[in-house]
Amino acid sequence: MEVNGYYFNDGKAEKEEDAPEKPPEEKELSGGGREDAVAESSGGGVPRERLASHSRTRQRIDSLKKNRPPFPWFGMDIGGTLVKLVYFEPKDITAEEEQEEVENLKSIRRYLTSNVAYGSTGIRDVHLELKDLTLCGRKGNLHFIRFPTQDMSVFLQMGRDKHFSSLHTTLCATGGGAYKFEPDFRTMADLQLHKLDELDCLVRGVLYIDSVKFNGSSECYYFENPTDPDLCQKKPYNLENPYPLLLVNIGSGVSILAVYSKDNYKRVTGTSLGGGTFLGLCCLLTGCSTFEEALEMASHGDSTRVDKLVKDIYGGDYERFGLPGWAVASSFGNMMCKEKRESVGKEDLARATLVTITNNIGSITRMCALNENINRVVFVGNFLRINTLSMRLLAYAMDYWSKGQLKALFLEHEGYFGAVGALLELLNPSQL
Amino acid sequence: TRQMAASGQMKRSSHSMDKSIILPPDEIFRNLENAKRFAIDIGGSLTKLAYYSTVQHKVAKVRSFDHTGKEAVDEPLYEISVQEEVTARLHFIKFENAYIETCLDFIKDHLVNTETKVIKATGGGAYKFKDLIEKKLQLKVDKEDEMSCLIKGCNFVLKNIPHEAFVYVKHADPEFRFQTTQPDIFPYLLVNIGSGVSIVKVESEDKFERIGGSSIGGGTFWGLGALLTNTKRFDELLQLASRGQHASVDMLVKDIYGGGYSCLGLTGDLIASSFGKSATEDREFSKADMAKSLLHMISNDIGQLACLYAKLHNLNRVYFGGFFIRGHPVTMHTITYSINFFTKGEVQALFLRHEGYLGAIGAFLKGAEEDNPNQYSWGENYAGSSGLMSVSPELYPMQRTRSGTFDMLEMDRLDRQLVNLPLLLDPSSYIPDTVDLTEDAMAREYWLSCFEEALDGVVSRAVASQPDLTDAKERAEKFSQKYQHKLKTLRQQPFAYGSLTVRSLLDTREHCLNEFNFPDPYSKIKQRENDWALKFFHKVVKSLESLNWEERQFSLVKGLLAGNVFDWGAKAVSDILVTDPDFGFEEAKQQLQERPWLIDTYNKWIERLKGPPHKCALFFVDNSGIDIILGVFPLVRELLCRGTEVILASNSGPALNDVTYSELQILTERIAAMDSVIQSGVQKEQLILVQSGSSSPCLDLRYVPEQNMQISNLSGHVCYVLLCYLSAGHKNKNVFFIKIRLDKGLATVVRERHTDLVIIEGMGRAIHTNFYAALCCESLKLAVIKNSWLADRFGGKIFSVVFKYEQPCK
Repeated sequence: MEVNGYYFNDGKAEKEEDAPEKPPEEKELSGGGREDAVAESSGGGVPRERLASHSRTRQRIDSLKKNRPPFPWFGMDIGGTLVKLVYFEPKDITAEEEQEEVENLKSIRRYLTSNVAYGSTGIRDVHLELKDLTLCGRKGNLHFIRFPTQDMSVFLQMGRDKHFSSLHTTLCATGGGAYKFEPDFRTMADLQLHKLDELDCLVRGVLYIDSVKFNGSSECYYFENPTDPDLCQKKPYNLENPYPLLLVNIGSGVSILAVYSKDNYKRVTGTSLGGGTFLGLCCLLTGCSTFEEALEMASHGDSTRVDKLVKDIYGGDYERFGLPGWAVASSFGNMMCKEKRESVGKEDLARATLVTITNNIGSITRMCALNENINRVVFVGNFLRINTLSMRLLAYAMDYWSKGQLKALFLEHEGYFGAVGALLELLNPSQL
Repeated sequence: TRQMAASGQMKRSSHSMDKSIILPPDEIFRNLENAKRFAIDIGGSLTKLAYYSTVQHKVAKVRSFDHTGKEAVDEPLYEISVQEEVTARLHFIKFENAYIETCLDFIKDHLVNTETKVIKATGGGAYKFKDLIEKKLQLKVDKEDEMSCLIKGCNFVLKNIPHEAFVYVKHADPEFRFQTTQPDIFPYLLVNIGSGVSIVKVESEDKFERIGGSSIGGGTFWGLGALLTNTKRFDELLQLASRGQHASVDMLVKDIYGGGYSCLGLTGDLIASSFGKSATEDREFSKADMAKSLLHMISNDIGQLACLYAKLHNLNRVYFGGFFIRGHPVTMHTITYSINFFTKGEVQALFLRHEGYLGAIGAFLKGAEEDNPNQYSWGENYAGSSGLMSVSPELYPMQRTRSGTFDMLEMDRLDRQLVNLPLLLDPSSYIPDTVDLTEDAMAREYWLSCFEEALDGVVSRAVASQPDLTDAKERAEKFSQKYQHKLKTLRQQPFAYGSLTVRSLLDTREHCLNEFNFPDPYSKIKQRENDWALKFFHKVVKSLESLNWEERQFSLVKGLLAGNVFDWGAKAVSDILVTDPDFGFEEAKQQLQERPWLIDTYNKWIERLKGPPHKCALFFVDNSGIDIILGVFPLVRELLCRGTEVILASNSGPALNDVTYSELQILTERIAAMDSVIQSGVQKEQLILVQSGSSSPCLDLRYVPEQNMQISNLSGHVCYVLLCYLSAGHKNKNVFFIKIRLDKGLATVVRERHTDLVIIEGMGRAIHTNFYAALCCESLKLAVIKNSWLADRFGGKIFSVVFKYEQPCK
């Protein structure tokens, strides 16, 4: 691996011959369009080695000149539940480039940009696409793609089938999976991962995306009047002076970071009660199997049938301690009673699970904010995807329990910041 | 005795825990006829009843004969009588809610003398059972705030019970590490895990604040656990959890990383996402695994919040309580683990031995404010308390003979407010006991057997002490059974009453003896030996006076040591004393080890004595008879002659053949009558007597009397002795002087007199306890080791001498 990680494939590309001759059958992820099937078969027959070494020499000159890695530009964040992939699609490709572009690269670009779903579980979040972004002097669109970590093997299979390794790009990956799946990337797809720390990437990604704005509008937002359900409204927030900032990343688990400057942050704490817990418990309690299903159920449920509220115990507010009657005294507390267990619906259980996990994250966050003396909190992570319920709850909890001292902020690109950070590392490696 | 059969009331009879109980109820609701003032704390599953009772118990009194004008020859020095004394006791009984009606019925039937109209109530169930209580007991339910009761109760146990708090260490032997009581219990954090969690910061007796809480608590474990596993009962869920493997349900760091996340110091086995696997894997999960995962999730979450609050408020003492904890090893372990993890070991999770009683104690105290219970010191009555870990028998293979369902705590009012001895170098690190038998299994085994073997002797002396009482034998037998049972319990659960020590074994025996009205089994022996020794006092003094200074100092020390051989608490000695009635002072001197002694700093002591006299010596004395009269008094006399004031501290109540304060008063008066030095010392207040505040053969310097109460609260002893002197028309005014000085407690006198020497005598006070005690003045600890096992431990033989003179390090 050279200084910048651009040439890390040197000497390894030659060993590709171990790959089985016949590409295995396409599965889920690549089963999308016809186009790919064509590209796939053509890619299989190209004498890779010659082509690769040729393009490598040229690209090396090119990158040295422009200090830019070769395409394709990916950033990947392999979490416990989801793999987040960001892909930069250059839109300023010259005719010359187009001509020189290897077939594999072209096919990958087409495959990714012409589909919104990949296989049965891969999804491109089209609404998040960043258009006309300038990155490293190139103009293009940034695409946001996710698929379950469980389907990693399918993804690797596809990578192999598409001869991704022939492109000799650096695959920058972060998240725990970058470590866990590193051997699989090597053996199954002949790809060497450039592993990056997930929190470095997260911080970098957040700061970057916020700085480029979301297609002209604000990336960051908050809820106005969070304590008033009728007046509560999403509002853009200007995060120009972001420091210090508490960054709460809610994935399968939760990490809480205090960010003091671009390069100075620390992980304050974390909790294992995160998105994975919400979905895990929902699956067990309601028999659902997806996050979307669980959220849908939660949106129709009533958690107060499941939770024991302060008023259930004290008949009203617990004034001595300033606890309002509506506050939850015991999550799932009503479920200690057999009759009540029998009378609640799945929707109620899903809602209670959501409220429990969300409020808990809220209270740990609030304590960290107090301990770190920070009053702005940015919540990110895929738990918040399509989860307005949780966001409003967090906004409310921050505001109510801090008596207006704490502000909950959210970012449009929720769970993709780690992957964005990984991509940025590819384009502009940190000086370490 | 009427039997109480509560089993018929039970619906859940199929479960093993609900086996029928048939209990003699007077073993549970003790002394109800003398009960006044009730409080009740009804939780989700347990009821805790508290009441205050006046306990009449027999107290041995000594009363001087009027010897004025004549030298009695055959008459004993004083007479012994057994009197009724009324003291106060607090009773706390814990039982499952299912028994509530039966218990209320029983209480009603036995409640005869109370003038009480009100019962203080707290806990979530107080409202639910309000009507039932009012109907059954004819008492008006007066509801008290739960949290303030809890805090009040917590302060009370932390202040009054020496080994209340402990750290739980799974797989360690012992699993319980008891904490020594801190002189100042404030500030602390109390994390109460009921159905939800309350986090309370307690700053003083009256100042506390709920600084936070969480809705994820015991109710979440129970409710969510019931949904996930279809297991209805809390205890069953815990059992299930203790069998499970959380890693099959939780997503661990290694499941995401393949290994640890080393740069953050997160090891692979850490839980990254609770229940994370059930979100991604489509398969069946075992009930036990889910229960375990849930337990970890909740414990970790609570631990984390507790740490965040502790950090924010800069507190490092964090106590956990509530039904989620309730002595369950599995929850104590997970909470401990969590606290260790989140504070990197900086904060320890502390648990309380009487955690379940806090609310009831607090509610009771609120109702008893007019009696000022907080003005007194209270001590746990080992005879009437059932000890730790009796509520979850199925988690503990050891079954108690009594059903595990009823658990009791009794606290006796001590005569006076007790405080630290002001001379302790560092009260917060002072541990009275030399060996913790919960940690030292070999020593535990030895001492438990030793006490068992000595039991017959104690029983026969108890019977002999009450020759006129026909039921003495029967009571002695009951005492024997009770104490044997206690020893058996301690063998299986050494931590049942906190740290197990020789002191606690001795105290437990005294408590059991008192329970069966043997207030002073050694009273006759003490009387005889005192009479006998007094006859030789003059001779001993004479022979000492004939010696030169150096010889005399040695002879004094040797006399003190020889006197200390006369200890009925030591089996080797009591065997000799029983078989050889002629064994006397000279014989004892011959038994003593020759110098150099086992611990021998005698030369240093002599060098010191050649210097300026001490200002004031505080002398904790030991046995009656030869020890006090022929050993201690000659040394006191020498000190007085040197110009050193002497404070003689003796036990407030009887223990073995230790000289009690009231006996010592009579002895001092007698010796003063025949010795001018002692007489002058008494007259000039250079020799004063104080009570040690203890009724134990051992000595805990954390608990000595501060000041006596106002006259109305003076202990029975003092009042009684005063009265009988008056009625006897006693002429000696000096004796009055002694009494009046006594209104000041030991601690006050020690401070006022600028005490610069502490002498502690005897095995119980100087070896079993205080051997390592560091004082901020000179100290002399001396004893004869009258037990070959213990001598062996110290590397010596029986009758080895410990002479430990120390000066504080500058």
